[in-house]
Amino acid sequence: MKKTETQYSRRSFLKVSSLSGGGMMLGISWFASAKPVESLDELNIEPVWQEVTSFIKIASDNSIKIFSPNPEFGQNVMTSLPMLIAEELDVDWKQVEAEQGNFNPKAFPRQFTGGSQGVRMAWKPLRTVGAAARQMILTAASQAWNLPVSELTTFNGMVTHAFSGKSESYGTFAEAASKLPVPKDIVLKGNQSFRLLGTPQKNVVGPKIVQGKPLFGLDYREAGMLYAMTERPPAFGMQLKSFDTTAAKKMPGIVDIFPIKVYNDDHKFAGFDTRSFNEVIAVVGKSTWDVMNARKKVKAVWEVAPEKSEMGQNNQARIVPSGLESTKKHYAQMLEMDKKPGKIERKDGDPEKGFAEAKHIIERTYTAPFLAHNIMEPTNAFAHFVGDKVRFVAPIQIPEMMIPSMVARLGIPKENISIELARMGGGFGRRAYGHYMIEAALISKQVSAPVKLIYMREDDVSGGNYRPLYQLTYRAAFDENKKLIAFHAKGGGVPESPLHANRFPAGAIDNYLAESWVIPSNITIAAFRAPRSNFNAAAEQSFLDEISEYMGKDPIDFRLELLKRAKENPVGKTNDYDASRYMGVLELVREKSGWGKPENAGKKRGVSAYFCHNSYAAQVIDLQVKGDQVTVDQVTTALDCGVVVNPEGAKNMAEGAAIDGIGNALFGQLTLTDGKTDQKNFDTYRMIRHNEAPKKIDVHFVKNEIDPTGLGEPPFPPVFAAVANALYKATGKRFYHQPFQPQLKG
Amino acid sequence: MIKKYSVRINKKVHQVEADENMPLLWVIRDILGMEGTKYGCGVGSCGACTVHLNGSAVRSCQLPISSLTGMEITTIEGLSAKGDHPVQKAWLDVDVAQCGYCQSGQIMSAAALLKSTPNPTEEDIENFMTGNICRCGTYTRIKKAIQQAAAKS
Repeated sequence: MKKTETQYSRRSFLKVSSLSGGGMMLGISWFASAKPVESLDELNIEPVWQEVTSFIKIASDNSIKIFSPNPEFGQNVMTSLPMLIAEELDVDWKQVEAEQGNFNPKAFPRQFTGGSQGVRMAWKPLRTVGAAARQMILTAASQAWNLPVSELTTFNGMVTHAFSGKSESYGTFAEAASKLPVPKDIVLKGNQSFRLLGTPQKNVVGPKIVQGKPLFGLDYREAGMLYAMTERPPAFGMQLKSFDTTAAKKMPGIVDIFPIKVYNDDHKFAGFDTRSFNEVIAVVGKSTWDVMNARKKVKAVWEVAPEKSEMGQNNQARIVPSGLESTKKHYAQMLEMDKKPGKIERKDGDPEKGFAEAKHIIERTYTAPFLAHNIMEPTNAFAHFVGDKVRFVAPIQIPEMMIPSMVARLGIPKENISIELARMGGGFGRRAYGHYMIEAALISKQVSAPVKLIYMREDDVSGGNYRPLYQLTYRAAFDENKKLIAFHAKGGGVPESPLHANRFPAGAIDNYLAESWVIPSNITIAAFRAPRSNFNAAAEQSFLDEISEYMGKDPIDFRLELLKRAKENPVGKTNDYDASRYMGVLELVREKSGWGKPENAGKKRGVSAYFCHNSYAAQVIDLQVKGDQVTVDQVTTALDCGVVVNPEGAKNMAEGAAIDGIGNALFGQLTLTDGKTDQKNFDTYRMIRHNEAPKKIDVHFVKNEIDPTGLGEPPFPPVFAAVANALYKATGKRFYHQPFQPQLKG
Repeated sequence: MIKKYSVRINKKVHQVEADENMPLLWVIRDILGMEGTKYGCGVGSCGACTVHLNGSAVRSCQLPISSLTGMEITTIEGLSAKGDHPVQKAWLDVDVAQCGYCQSGQIMSAAALLKSTPNPTEEDIENFMTGNICRCGTYTRIKKAIQQAAAKS
C-alpha cells in the first residue's frame, strides 16, 4: 500500500453534512495544500491536481450516490470518475448510482472536459475522496462497536469484525461518520489491490440512452419556455447593416425579434471566447417550427465588415482582416508563405549545412482542410434571466472558462450564474466555446422569459469555429549512403500553425529546423479533437513512411531507430515525448498486427504512431481500393495511456477515434467560396457512414503501472497517416492532401 | 395554416393543433414533449429522428403532420415497455453508446431492419443503417449489437 498524506488540518476543505433522511454526504474540495502526495517532487510535476472535487452520498439503506464532476460528452467520465471513488471507498459497483454534478466551483474546482485530462487529473484526488470516506466510516464503526479500527475490515460497502463476526453496512455508520473530523493521513490502495479499476464496466447512462430519456441540453424544457434562433450574416467577413422584421413578426407564434451583440465591443477575448459574427438577430417564438419559419422572413441587409482588432487577455491585439475569403485562395496563399522565411521554433545542429551538403533531398507538402465538428446534438443552451441572476441548463465542456465573459457581458456577479450541466451530444472541442450561452442569456433577458436557444444544423456547419486549415512542408536531406543528415519542418495555417516543434522526430536528428507561419483570417477556429496533433501526425507520419522507403528501411524499424537515438542520446534539451513509451506502442502494434509476417504479405497496410496528451498510440490499417471506393478491413490500435481505469469504455473511445480518423481522412472537408461555406448540412458535408466503417477494430493497451494519461484524443491523430500509407500500398500513389477519397479515380 | 390533427403515436391517439407543414419531429418534441426522437439535420440526412411509420423506419423531420392521418407511429419511447426490446438489450450488452445522441435513431432503424430482415447479413446491416450517422464512431459496435439481437430473437 502506498501511503499518501493530505493536509486537511491546515486548510479544511471537507464538508460533511447529515442528510435529512439519515445518511452522509461527503464533499472534499481540493486546493493547493490538499493534494495527496507521495513525495515533495511530485508536487512540482503536476500541480494541476489541486483542482478536483467529489461528492459521495451514502443512504441509510446503503445505496450510494457518487457525483461525477466533469461534463460528459461521450468520453464516459460518468462511469470512470465514480469508479475511482468507488474503488477506494470499497463498495460494490452495483450499489453505486453515478450522477452528474452541476457546475459548482466551490465543491468541484475542476469541471473541465478537454485535453484528455479527465481521468488523469482525477486519478489521485478522487481516489483520496473515496479513501477518506472509507476511513471515516471505519472510525464510526470502531466507536459504535468499541473495537479498534485495526481489527475492522471493509468489503463491498460492509464493515466487518472478523473475530466477533460482526458485520454492518456503511449505511449504518454513515450518519456518525459524517460528524467525524477529516482523517489527516489517507492511505491509497496499491494498483495490485484494485478490484474495480481495470475491470470492464458498462456506461452507467446506457439504460437511459437506449430508452431515449431526456438527457441532453436540447431535451430540456420547462413551463413558459420560449424557443429562439439567431439569424446571422451569410458569409464570414460580413456584418449587419440594417434589418426589417415587420413580415417576420407577423408569423404565427412569434414573440419578438431583435438584434443582440454577443460580446461587448471592447471585450478582451480569452482562450475559449470566439465570435464569428458579433451582431445577430434573435428570433423568439413558441415552438422550434414557428421560429424556423419566421427566420426566413427576416429581411436583413448585410455588408462587408471592415478590418477589426480584437483584444486578447494579454492586451495584445489580434487583427481580424476584412474581406470575403475562399479556401482556393487560402491554398495558394499557403504555398506563398511556404516560400518565405518562417518564425524559427527550434533549431538543432546545422540544418542549413546538412541541406547544402546533401546528395539527395526529399521535400513534400501536406495540407488538411477546415473541418466542422458536426456534433450530433446541435449547439443549444437554455437560459432564464431573472433580475440580476441567470440560470442555465446547457451542454458546455468548460463552464468555468465562460464565467468571466458572462460576467463582463451580462453585468452580473459570478455568484449569480448557475449552470446545470446537460449531457452533451458530442463535443470534440466545439462545446468548449460557450458564446451560445451568452446569446441565450441576452435573449432571455430581453423577452423576460425562459428561453432555449437552438442552432439549426446549417447554423452549426456554416457558423465557424472550425479545425483550422493547415499546411506542413517537410524536407529530409540524405548523404551518399542514404543516411538522414538533416530534417526541416515548416508549417502554418489559416489562422494557426499546427507545428509542435519539440515533438518527434525532434530529438532524434542532429540537424533539425522547425519554422512556423500564420495567415490571418476572419474565419473562426476552435479546438478539434487533438488540436494541431490531428494534422501534425498525418503529415509527419506520412513523410516518415515515404523517406523510410527511400532509405530501403521497414517503416516501423526506421521509427524505432530514430526513437532509440532519442532515448539513448537525445538531441536538444526539450523533447516533449518519452521515447520508450513511443517505442512500446510501435512494438505492440507490430506484434498484434503481424507486421512483416509472410501471411500478411498481400495486405495493403499502413502504419503510423503519434504522441499527444501524454499518451502514445500506433495503428496499422489494412484496406482495399476498388475504383473510388475504399474498404477498411482492419484497424489494429496499440495504446499506452498508463493504467486503464475502464477497459470497455477505453476500447470504445479508441474504436471511435479510428472511425472518426478514417472518416475525416477520406471524406471530411469544409470549403468556402467568397466567405460562404460550400457545405451547409449532412447532405453536402460528407461524414463517414456505416458502410464505410472498418470491418474490424482491435485495440490493445500497453500494460504498465504508469498513472493514467490521456485517452480520448491520442488514438485519433495517427489514423490519418495510417490511412495515407495504406492507400499508397493499395494504389501506388502517395496522398498528400486531405481528404483523400475524392482523389481516387472512379 | 394551423389545423387540428389526430395522430396515433405509441398506441395512443393525440389531438394536436399545428401548422399543416410542421414535421412530425417537432410535433413529437415540442407539442407532445417526448424528447427521445432527436433533431440532427432536419433534411433527412442523419437518421437521428428515425421513428416507425406503420412498422417501417422513416425520418420524422421529413413527414408533415398533415400526411399522418390513419398512420401508426412508434417512437423510441414506445419501442418497448421497459427498455427491453431485443435491440435495446443488445445495445446495452455491447455497450454501444458514447455520447448517445444518435442512438435512439440507430435503435429505431435497427429494430425496423430486424422486423423486415430477421437474419441480416453484414452487408444488409451496413446498407440499411447507412442513413444513420454516428459522429462518435460506434458503427462497429452497432453492427455487433444488431447481429447479437438477431441471433437472440
